[in-house]
Formats: sequence, C-alpha cells, structure tokens
Amino acid sequence: MKYFGLIWHNIWRKKIRTSLTILSILVAFLLFALLSALGYAFKYGEESADAERLIVIDKVSLINLLPIAYQNQIASIAGVHSATHATWFGGYYQDPKNQFGQFPVDPHEYFAMYPEFKMPEEQFDAWVKNRTGAVVGKDIADAFGWQVGDRIPIQSTIWTAKSGEKTWEFDIEGIFANEEPRGNTSMLLFHYDYFDEARAFGQGLVGWYIVRVDAGADPVQVQNAIDAEFENSRNQTESAPEAQFAAAFAKQYGNIALIVSLVLGAVFFTLLLVSGNTMSQSVRERISELAVLKTLGFSDRAVLGIVLSESVLIMLMGGLLGVGIGVIAVRGVAASAGAFLPGFHFSPTAMAMSLLLMVGAGVVAGIFPALNAMRLSIIDALARA
Amino acid sequence: MRALRQIFAVTLLNLKNLPQRLGSSVVAVVGVAAVVLVFAAVLSMARGFERTMVTAGAEDTAIIMRSGATSEMSSGFGGDQVLVIASAPGLLKDGDTPVLSAELFVIVDVKKKSTNTDANVPFRGVQASAFDVRRDVRITQGRMFETGKNEILVGRAAQSEFQGLDVGSTIRFGKTDWTIVGAFEAGGSVSESELWTDVRVLQSAYRRGNSFQTVRVKLESPESLDILESSLKDDPRIDPDVMSEREFYSSQSEQVTQFIKLVGYPLTILMSVGAIFGALNSMYSSISVRGKEIATLRALGFGPIPVLVSTIVESTLLALAGGIVGGALAFVVFNGFQVSTLNFASFSQVVFNFAVTPDLLLEGLRVAVIIGVVGGLFPAIRAARLPVAQALREL
Amino acid sequence: MAEVLARLEGVSRTYQKGKEKVEVLHNLDLQIPTGDFVAIMGPSGSGKTTLLNLLGGLDRPTSGTIHVGGAELTAMSNSQLSHWRSTNIGFIFQFYNLLPVLTAQKNVELPLLLTSFSSKERAERAAIALDIVGLADRARHYPRELSGGQEQRVAIARAIVSDPSLLLCDEPTGDLDRETADEILKLMQILNREHGKTIVMVTHDAQAAQYANRTLHCDKGTLEAREAA
Repeated sequence: MKYFGLIWHNIWRKKIRTSLTILSILVAFLLFALLSALGYAFKYGEESADAERLIVIDKVSLINLLPIAYQNQIASIAGVHSATHATWFGGYYQDPKNQFGQFPVDPHEYFAMYPEFKMPEEQFDAWVKNRTGAVVGKDIADAFGWQVGDRIPIQSTIWTAKSGEKTWEFDIEGIFANEEPRGNTSMLLFHYDYFDEARAFGQGLVGWYIVRVDAGADPVQVQNAIDAEFENSRNQTESAPEAQFAAAFAKQYGNIALIVSLVLGAVFFTLLLVSGNTMSQSVRERISELAVLKTLGFSDRAVLGIVLSESVLIMLMGGLLGVGIGVIAVRGVAASAGAFLPGFHFSPTAMAMSLLLMVGAGVVAGIFPALNAMRLSIIDALARA
Repeated sequence: MRALRQIFAVTLLNLKNLPQRLGSSVVAVVGVAAVVLVFAAVLSMARGFERTMVTAGAEDTAIIMRSGATSEMSSGFGGDQVLVIASAPGLLKDGDTPVLSAELFVIVDVKKKSTNTDANVPFRGVQASAFDVRRDVRITQGRMFETGKNEILVGRAAQSEFQGLDVGSTIRFGKTDWTIVGAFEAGGSVSESELWTDVRVLQSAYRRGNSFQTVRVKLESPESLDILESSLKDDPRIDPDVMSEREFYSSQSEQVTQFIKLVGYPLTILMSVGAIFGALNSMYSSISVRGKEIATLRALGFGPIPVLVSTIVESTLLALAGGIVGGALAFVVFNGFQVSTLNFASFSQVVFNFAVTPDLLLEGLRVAVIIGVVGGLFPAIRAARLPVAQALREL
Repeated sequence: MAEVLARLEGVSRTYQKGKEKVEVLHNLDLQIPTGDFVAIMGPSGSGKTTLLNLLGGLDRPTSGTIHVGGAELTAMSNSQLSHWRSTNIGFIFQFYNLLPVLTAQKNVELPLLLTSFSSKERAERAAIALDIVGLADRARHYPRELSGGQEQRVAIARAIVSDPSLLLCDEPTGDLDRETADEILKLMQILNREHGKTIVMVTHDAQAAQYANRTLHCDKGTLEAREAA
C-alpha cells in the first residue's frame, strides 16, 4: 500500500495515453455489462425456476392442447402435491407488436402454485368475484399505464369468442408483484371458467399443466409417473422440471450464450492488446528509472509487483467505470423495455465475473512488461541511460 | 499540386518508419478488425434471416389468412371457404383450375442436432398444387409423398439441422409413425426449414376435419392482388386478410431482424468508440516518435497541412487495413454458417445461414474509415501545431 | 588507522564482448577505511564504474571476494543484495536519475518505502535530508522544475535518507558547470567530514578529485594510489 503513490504517479506519466487506455477498457466493460444482461435475459426463465415445479406439455408439441380432465389424474399421482393449468391466449394490446403473456387460469390454484406472486388480498377477492376480471403484473401495468379499475381490450390471435369477437375485454381488478427481485411480471391472468365458456372452440382443453411435487418426493420419479399415466391416452405428455423446460425453450432461440461469448472474446482480445501495449510502452520508457529503483534496493519482486499493480489498477479504473455506466444503462433499458425483455439485468454473478476479468486482464496485460522490468539488469540499463 | 506532392512525400515517410512503432500500430489495426468482424458477423445473421424469409415470398403469390391472424398457425378456414377463395377473380389458372394450395400448419417437437433439445419444427400439410404455387421447390432426394399415407418430405435445411430426418427413416409424433420419403430444396427459403406431408393425412392426424389454415394462390399478376382482396373482403361468407407472400414473410421476419439490428448497431457503435481510442493512442505515439522528423520537415519548408493530412491518411490506412482483415475474417469464418432460431412470429424454427454480403462488408469498411479519420484528426492537429524550434531542440 | 569498511581481495571481472573476453579488473586488492573519501580516476573502459558496481552489489566479480561493512557481498543472493543495498549504500549518478513523476520530497522518500517507517516518519526524514542538502524549500517541486545542481542535491538527499554508511558516486559532477560542481563537491565533503559518510567517487575531473582524501588511478584493471595533491 505504501507503494501506491509511486504506482499512481507512474500510471499518469503519459496522461493522454493512460486516459485513452482507460476509456478503451471502459468501453469493453460497458459492453460486458450490456451483453451479459442480454445473455441473462435469455437464461432468465431457468434462473427463476422453482425446483419443485414441473411443467407438463403435450408430447408432440407445446402448441397442442391437453384435456382438462388430466388435472385430476395428475393430482392423484403419488408425489404430486398439487396441479394447475394455464393456456396461451396469444393476445396483444392495441398493436400486434405489443405482445405479452396472457393466461386463463384458476385464480386460487394458480396463486398457490406461484407463491412468489403477491397482491393485496382485497384485489384478489375482487378478481375472484368478477368473471371478466383480470390481474396484471406490475411490469406490464407500468408499460401500458394500466390501473386497477381500467377496462382493457386484448385482441387474441388464436381465440375467438362465441360472439365471433376476437377482442376480449377485461376489468383490471388487481396488480401483482413478484417477490423475487427482478422477477418476471409481464403477464395478464384471467378466469379460465369464463374463457372456457366464452370461447368458440376448444372447450375443455388447456395449454399445459404446472405441477408442484411433494416436498421430499423425487421430481424425476414424479415426472416419469405422470408421463406413464398418459402413455396410452390420446395425448401423451412430456414432463420436465421448470428449469429444464425453460432452458430447452431458451435453446430454441439458438446459442445466445455462445454468440455473446464470441463477441466478448473479440472485445477482450483487443483490450488485452491495447493495455498490454500501453504497459510495455510505459516500461520501455522508464527502463533507467526501474534500474534506479533496483539500485536503491527495491527487490526484483517489488519491481514486478509495482508494474503489475499499475496494469491491474488501470484495468480496475476503466473496468469499474465501465461496469458502473453499464449498470446504469442496463437499468435504463430494463425500465423502458423490461416488460418485453424480462430478466435483462446485471446479475451478481456477472458482477463477480467482471471483477475477476478486471484483475485477470490486468495481470495478463501487465505480466510480460512486468517480467521484463523484473529481469532488467541494473548495469545494462544504467549504461544505456 | 505542390501540396499534393508534399502530402504524398510526408505520408510515405510516415509509413516508412511504421516498423519502429509496430506495437501501437498493430493494436490499432486489430482494434478496428475486431469492430468490423463483430459488426459483419452479427449483422450477417439479420441479413441471412431476412434473405431466407424474403426469398420465400413471391410478389405474384397471395397468402390468405383469417382476419386478425398474425401467423399461419392462428389462421383457419373451412373447406367451403377455400372453395369461395378458389372462385375469386385475379387467380392464375391452369386450364380451368386456379393455381391454389390450401394448407395446414402445425408444429412438432424434433430435437435440434446442436443442442439435443426439442425445437418447434414446422409441419405443413400441402396439396400437390403446393409445388405449382411455389415454383422453386424441387425434390432433390427420394420421392414425393403419396397421398393418404403417413409420408413426409423434409426440407433440406431442416434435414441438416434436426435429428432423425434422413430419407428412409421413420419418425414418431405421438402415436403415429411417419416415413421420410424424400427431401426438397426451395431456393434457400424458409420452406426448407419445414416438413411437408399430404394435407388430408395431417387433417385426420390432428382431427381437423375438412379445415385448413392458410390458402396460397398464384395471381395473374402482382397487380391482381387488389382485385382479389376487394372481392374477398366483400364476400359475407369469409373474413380474410389478403397479402402478397412477400409482404407476409417480411412482416414475419421483422421481429427477429429488428432485434438483431437493435443489438448489432449499438454494439458496433460502442466498439467503434473503443477502437477510436485505440487509433488515437496509436497516432499520438506515432507523433511523439516522429516529433523530430516532423520538425525537420517543417524546418525544410513543408507546410502544416501536408503534415496534418498525412497523419490522417496514415491513421485511415491503418484502420482500413484493420477493416479489411476483420471483414475477410468475418467472411471466411461466418459466411454460410448455418443456424436456426425460433421465429416468435410463427412460433417455429427457421433455419438460415449467416450472410456476409458485399454491402455489409462495404458498410464495415465505412465504419473502419470513420474510425481512422476520427482517430487521426486530433493527433494530426497536434502534429501540425508542433512548435518547430522546440521540437528540434528537445530531441 | 580506522577500521576497514570495504575490502576487495583478488577481485577479477571479465565480460564477454561478442566472442572476445575482456578482463576489466584483474586480481584487485583494495581496502577502504571507514570515513574515507576516495576518488577513482582513469580513462573510460578502465573499470572505474565496474568497481563501483561491485562495491554496491550491483555486479558480481568473476573471482575474488568483496566485504562491505562486515557483509560478504559475494556470498549473498540477489534479493539479499537488494535488501542490503537499501540500508547500507547510497548511490549518486551523473544524470541524477530522479523519477520525473515524483516531487523532490517523494523522490527522497523512495528508499524509505523499503523500511518499516510510517508515512509520517518517512516525510520527516526526507525533510531532514532535503534540509541537509539545502533544498528544504524545493520539496514540492518536480525534477523538471529544478536546475541540474538542484536535481543532484535531491539525488544526494535520496542517497543519504536511509543513513547508509557508504556513498557510491558515479561522475556526480559530470553534467554540471564548474561552479555548481564545486558546490556539490563541497556538500559531499561536508557529508564526509561532518556526517561521517564514507564516499567512493568515480570521476575523470582532476579538480573534483582534489576534494577527496586520496585518489586512486585505475588503468587496465589495476589500481595505483597517488598522493592527493
């Protein structure tokens, strides 16, 4: 720590060069923050999954509907704590671009299945009483400026009402939040009973089941038992833990993580060259000074440490600035588009990763110049000066 | 003319001592190369996706869906409604019969080879006339499916992207076994991501009776679209949306390409800013190395402008070199690389190739030049303003 | 006779210059008593600087042994030598070799970073050293803001701040005008006489050598003593 002054002054030997290097590092870590937030958004479903929840879908395809009668059958399987269902309504608000999730559900069952969703009790009760009532997540309510008491039209691209209408109107009776920090609440929930009665076709069919496994039961066994139950039924099922389901779905988009890593790879490769070059220029310029330090009695290891510290400190300055701006930028994007890109956020894992990267990149960029400084022969260096 | 000669002479001198400051020059070149590489690679996904979707759409083919449907899957017509469409004006006729294909579009889970996880693969029921509506479809392997049989023709792209789709093999969806009897090409379009079978077979497998989802028709000419649309809109028996196939596919591709561009352009801009810092660094160190030389030239009577311009020229040449390296690398590594993604608009997989197109490469070079000019500007001004006497004394 | 501070016995130093072997010092015996002020003169390439480097533990002899202040340098490892230098030797160079990024004060404090002194103690000691060389009022100046003579005074302050017994000076006045050189040399005399520093100074300036107690002439790897004029 007492070398700090020396290190600090050495860093600013060439102000322009150091500033430009720090700015390059800043940009790299800003990109890191933004891209890891993007990568996290695609992994988000997996991260927020509950280990005791299973998803049961039709074996042929997620889009095929399952009979409502399956619910009781599933509920009676050993190891199943409870089961409920949801269906993809496929609607949008005002403009086809405003797509988000709407699901006809059983209010009591659904909220019991997802205890992380929280809302005032009186709002929940009001919803239960109103057949055409709906509750919306906070994110989507904020995005569209909805409030309790609003009557909103949702146009379904799939479901026509018996009246021939594709626009369904709902009274917003409540707004729910997700207890999990940054949990997804970009959805609208309404009564399945009303939906089933009003839809023009598909009566008695639901999209998928959500199953809670008994605490202590083996989820894999329960999963196999469910699929075995419907082996000979018209609709065979495929069950999977929520996380696995979410992960498989995310993979349908392609290997986003790989793309993010490749881009970051290119960015950091360049970054290492930039800072490595800065460090080696800096060492080259002060060979005689380093020799003087050694003459004064600074050990080889101290000289190595000083140069490495300079490199790491430069990386930390640029990196922390970049991540700081990145976090603000990620929040900004999440605030304006979070309802449509849930999970776009800079996770603690990414934060830890970025710190590791800063130190790691600092060491890698500084190690060769530092070794050169360490191996410097005092006599040669002084003779050259 | 004299100024030009001076600029040329000074630039040449600059470039000659480039090896002396190889480190920072290489760093600047690599920085720009990385920008152009990432730019071309990311945007080539948007280009490739767009190309796959748009080549599928013909101007003189109309697609008719139930009004309000945003995708083929959410559309639906009864058999009688298809007959209404068949008798509408504006359709191209082969003898007396209109060139028309009523189709069913569902999704089946097939594992992706790359991830070994289920993917939403489009499974289309077509009539034989589908081959007349889509003129570029060609069976390249095996044979056509027979009507009434559980036989599948598989798109070339789907075959290479998903598991178990070799000709001759059987695949099980639910309780039904299907035989893959052939593979087809469709000019690199989105159709190649699909599995095709006889629409009647698919109707019964999915208990759809005599219903269809979309109707594609060949038009007499692209202009006939309006005639067809107004005629169908006026018909009380049917409530359709009519659009050209090209329009349909470009709307289907919008979401994905917009997303890639929304990520790709800011990414490029940010990376360019980083590369400008690299270029600035390189040029500042170039000037500090060449300080004495610049001062000598000025003392000999060279003007400040040639010094200024030559510095910008050097920086631009370095950036351009980086741009060429990055672009070439993008082309060699990524062009034609096949991937597939879930197109949320159709909720199904689209297989496409990265397309590093010439216009994309040119755009990349333009980015490189901008980086070079901006990165050279301030150092150039400093070089031109260098006090001659002081520089000579100091060095 | 005062006790011996530095003792060289049978010291030879050969360098490999390309394919040729150059013997810079040949079987040299030398004793420097505590409190001595020795000037070493001789043509370039005669081994003056090599001798100084050997005394400071910057270089090792090809053969022979070197003792300084009870320590056998030839038996110490590089890191032991580093540590030993920091407390026992002060170096003064022809071109001062101050760190341009540090103020005079911080330059002088530099050797103290290797000790366990607190930052307050370091500052105090550096201030005393600067006072001794007469530059207390220049503590906050950077080297580029000082004249050559002032820079060399800062360098001397840096050399004495950790209170070493031996000062090794390599052409300390080689880059200074006569008048400034004399001031520096007087300062060194004071350090020698009043502060008891033993000084070995390499120079090719006969006038500078007159400030020393005795002058040794170095030629072709051997030393020859001559009476101080």
